[in-house]
Amino acid sequence: MANSKLTVEVVSPERRIWSGEATLVSARTLDGDLGILADHISLLGVLVPGVVSIKSADGTDVEFDMAGGFLSVNKNQVAILGQEAVK
Amino acid sequence: MGAQLRIYRRRMRSVKATKKITRAMELISASRIVKAQQRVVASSPYSIELTKAASAVAQYSNTDHPLTMTVANPKRAAVLVITADRGMAGAYSNAAIKEGDLLIASLQARGLAVDAYLVGRKAVNFYRFRNRVITASWTGFSDNPTLENAREVSADLVTSFLTPTEGAVGVDELHIIYTQFKSMITQTPVAAQLLPLSSPQAAEPRGVLAMYEFESSAETVLNALLPRYVEARVFNAMLQSAASEHAARRRAMKSATDNADDLIKSLTRLANAARQAEITQEISEIVGGADALASASAGSE
Repeated sequence: MANSKLTVEVVSPERRIWSGEATLVSARTLDGDLGILADHISLLGVLVPGVVSIKSADGTDVEFDMAGGFLSVNKNQVAILGQEAVK
Repeated sequence: MGAQLRIYRRRMRSVKATKKITRAMELISASRIVKAQQRVVASSPYSIELTKAASAVAQYSNTDHPLTMTVANPKRAAVLVITADRGMAGAYSNAAIKEGDLLIASLQARGLAVDAYLVGRKAVNFYRFRNRVITASWTGFSDNPTLENAREVSADLVTSFLTPTEGAVGVDELHIIYTQFKSMITQTPVAAQLLPLSSPQAAEPRGVLAMYEFESSAETVLNALLPRYVEARVFNAMLQSAASEHAARRRAMKSATDNADDLIKSLTRLANAARQAEITQEISEIVGGADALASASAGSE
């Protein structure tokens, strides 16, 4: 499955922050930095405050400052549930 | 002006003033529904994803955690009822309170003691008037709840859920009553069980759930998930209730305005008839007076 991509949703309790296709999602969990590529095993992790960066399918990089939350991966569906950090 | 006519005019003035108020409230509610509805839509992905994650954990971990563990012998349950702060919304608040009473009755039939957690002045007044025990209540934000409000409420619920049930403290189950916003014209009060998760009605299955890996451990994930999950569900319930409240108020105020219109119409007819009667009477009085004068002067000649 060379062409498979991740469908990513970044959501906060109040709104959907970002959604789209991506090739790589990296985030920092309690256990350390974590990079997620397509076909990753189903995972549920706790995010620590920090930057979540997403390499989207069209090649651009997006970054979000999160104040903690959760990361859930299931069959190429990635959900980042968290609070946006106050800027 | 005759007494009758004056009374009709006075009543018309008062109905017109009321109509202005109900019309204004209708328009305000109508404009707020859209915003409230957008907030529901915006908050839904988070709530859905979190529920999905929580039910995944519930299904794929065998950690003994309060989030997933059903107590063999539940003794107490908490019921959170979400209603409005203000009236003028038809049966909105009462419908939610009734739904709550049904749930409380069914819980009591199972032998559970029920703690009442109330949101909205209407529920608080209802309970206070009937001398029922209120465990905790929050008021003042029913038409525009914020995440902070939801946090405040859910923090209390989680604390009492995590407290071991003993005597009059702690609860084994967490239920919530809110008004589901189905459409502009349909809002239904619903009862849902928040915790523990394993009960079939708590989380609707959304397709087959996969095997999960936990980062770092199932326990840590669950500990972090529990308060956020309750918070998200409570927040979503509050937003839906707020949208429902506005929709119910708009409908109630629309029918009040329509009724005022009908009332004004029939009062106008009555006033017209009274005015006509007055004129007729005056004419016959004048004619009668003229007649009397004419016959009196005819007799003297």
